[in-house]
Amino acid sequence: MRSLALVLMSLAFVAPVSAAEIWVSNEKDDTISVIDVETLEVVRTIPTGERPRGITFSKDYSRLYICASDSDTVQVMDPETGEILHNLPSGEDPEQFVLHPNDRHLYIANEDDAITTVVDTETRKVIAQIDVGIEPEGMAVSPDGKIVITTSETTNMAHWIDTESQSIFANSLVDSRPRHAEFTKGGSELWVSSEIGGTVTVFKVEDQAEVAKIRFEVQGVHADRVQPVGFEFTEDEKRVFIALGPSNHVAVVNAETYEVEDYILVGRRVWHMDFSPDKTLLFTTNGVSGDVTVIDVAALEAIKTIKVGRFPWGAAARP
Amino acid sequence: MIRALSLSAIMMLVAAVTIAPAALAQVEIRIAFVEQQIDPPPTLSNLDPLPDDLGRAGAELGLEDNATTGRFLGHNYALTVHSAGSGEDFLVAARQALSETALLVVKAPAEALLALADLPEAADALIFNTSEQATRLRAADCRANLLHSITSYAMRADALAQFMSKKRWTDWALIEGVHPDDAAFAEALRASAGKFGLRIADEKAWVFDADMRRNAAQEVPLFTQALEDHDVLVVADELGDFGRYLLYNTWEPRPVAGSEGVAPRAWSGVVEQWGAAQLQSRFADLAGRRMLSEDYAAWAALRSLGEAVTRTGSADPAALRAYILSDAFELAGFKGRPMNYRGWNGQLRQPVPLVHPRALVALAPLEGFLHQRSELDTLGLDEPESACRAFEE
Repeated sequence: MRSLALVLMSLAFVAPVSAAEIWVSNEKDDTISVIDVETLEVVRTIPTGERPRGITFSKDYSRLYICASDSDTVQVMDPETGEILHNLPSGEDPEQFVLHPNDRHLYIANEDDAITTVVDTETRKVIAQIDVGIEPEGMAVSPDGKIVITTSETTNMAHWIDTESQSIFANSLVDSRPRHAEFTKGGSELWVSSEIGGTVTVFKVEDQAEVAKIRFEVQGVHADRVQPVGFEFTEDEKRVFIALGPSNHVAVVNAETYEVEDYILVGRRVWHMDFSPDKTLLFTTNGVSGDVTVIDVAALEAIKTIKVGRFPWGAAARP
Repeated sequence: MIRALSLSAIMMLVAAVTIAPAALAQVEIRIAFVEQQIDPPPTLSNLDPLPDDLGRAGAELGLEDNATTGRFLGHNYALTVHSAGSGEDFLVAARQALSETALLVVKAPAEALLALADLPEAADALIFNTSEQATRLRAADCRANLLHSITSYAMRADALAQFMSKKRWTDWALIEGVHPDDAAFAEALRASAGKFGLRIADEKAWVFDADMRRNAAQEVPLFTQALEDHDVLVVADELGDFGRYLLYNTWEPRPVAGSEGVAPRAWSGVVEQWGAAQLQSRFADLAGRRMLSEDYAAWAALRSLGEAVTRTGSADPAALRAYILSDAFELAGFKGRPMNYRGWNGQLRQPVPLVHPRALVALAPLEGFLHQRSELDTLGLDEPESACRAFEE
């Protein structure tokens, strides 16, 4: 009994000061699992609101924003204590969001309402609501903060939002069920994944012209089950890792030639991912198997599977 | 040659839409929902009355979904409803709809559907069957202007047979009701059992006229006691008349499947995977009830039209039909994989959920049932089996 208490005390003591971490939201457990990047073990499990999905840190990592979808709110957590500091008005059913480079405005996709809500995290007020297509999900912001993208799953579009006027200035059709969007760091390209279409479309930001469409072929998996969802660029932007959902693979794509270079086997229904702060490891959330796969970025190999909660969804690194 | 030309024209349109999304050319799309209302025959239980807006509510949701997308493209959708009451002439409603638009979404029995499709003024129309499961409409009685967004009896029976095969419930006892729909489903079940190497060990017709609500516990054990050895009791009771009283009252402890128990359906309120929870909640907000198969089929018909309009920028029925039947078409139907139409009989290829009232049990096609073209073609009439020739041009 005493030794257990000692262990608990030492855990409580060690956890907050430990090194880099990966935070993972567990959609069907209403928790966050915190993985220590050194030991590759879950060191904390923190309760959240209902159905946590998108998660992201403030620029100084002093706040964690959580889309608590079924609580219809964005929660603000102190990552040191795990305490919920307050809730932000988010519109109904917030699924995913992106934090503007100004570290202040959250752009939130309201999945059930076909709306993108813009919230000021300081005043805690909604400053705009923008009508978008049905089931908005993917959110991205350009590095200069001038453009925000919302993708809508059933409307099959990427909506280009001017952040000054908070209004849509262009719409680009993509293949079925767009799920995720990312700008390249220089801001010249926008990438959008289409889950049911099985493709990733690359747009030139300047004129929203389509410059490439990437297709995937996983050996032994029917094409219908190869469903691209979340993806991340490497630090040098030479490569993109793309989660392929129920095919249980992550594709490694050359970001310059748009060619698929490799496929890495991970857990079941791989969804989103994030890099360790030093960018040497990649952590993928595997919804159906309820675990996280750790990929060695240089070797392009899966090196460990870590059990987390039920239906891990989002991932965010904290140095 | 003509087909090749029209396809390349479509491709050009697609390119135009993709490259210049901001250039809005206004397109007006008018769709008619045409229905023949039928007084359902009486059933023993009144627990689950058929909703008055069955099908129509799905069409309305499809319209809303299309309109949201159309708003960004300058595509304006309108839906009108033409309803023939029970005993009224369906063709009067159908002709009125055809005088307004050539895009029809229809809920009507086989004979009414064929009469509509064969009207001279319907020759260039594009008609979606959203309710009739008769396999013959996908075979010898197919029509080039008639597509099917509802599953056929054959697709549902094949889905169940795949599940049984996987479970190794190889020996069936089949109980068949007296309604023509029961006979049609039973016939499909017999064919599926043969197709997947399963055995119908025994068959019985349900001929009781007693009120099973009070005496199922006395009658059903006796009724099932005489059946040859079987792994599963398969029920063809498409109206939901007696099947519900079989569960847990059988002589041997056997699972029930078919119209009751584990049931193959085009859709069910318990489907929550593959993003379906969003579709279910949109439907519940609109209709105040759960989404059923006919609602789903009408929604899928509207969305098929919407998808074709979005990608082609056209409201011309011939252009839409060509695009819908092309390889480029794909519909995200919340069943885990893209859906499209069979080029040989106009049937929407789709997974079939196997459900009980509280949860999804499995989704057919099940793993391991392979096909050279699409695993979805392991369900229903495949190209070599189909006697449909109307789609050959």
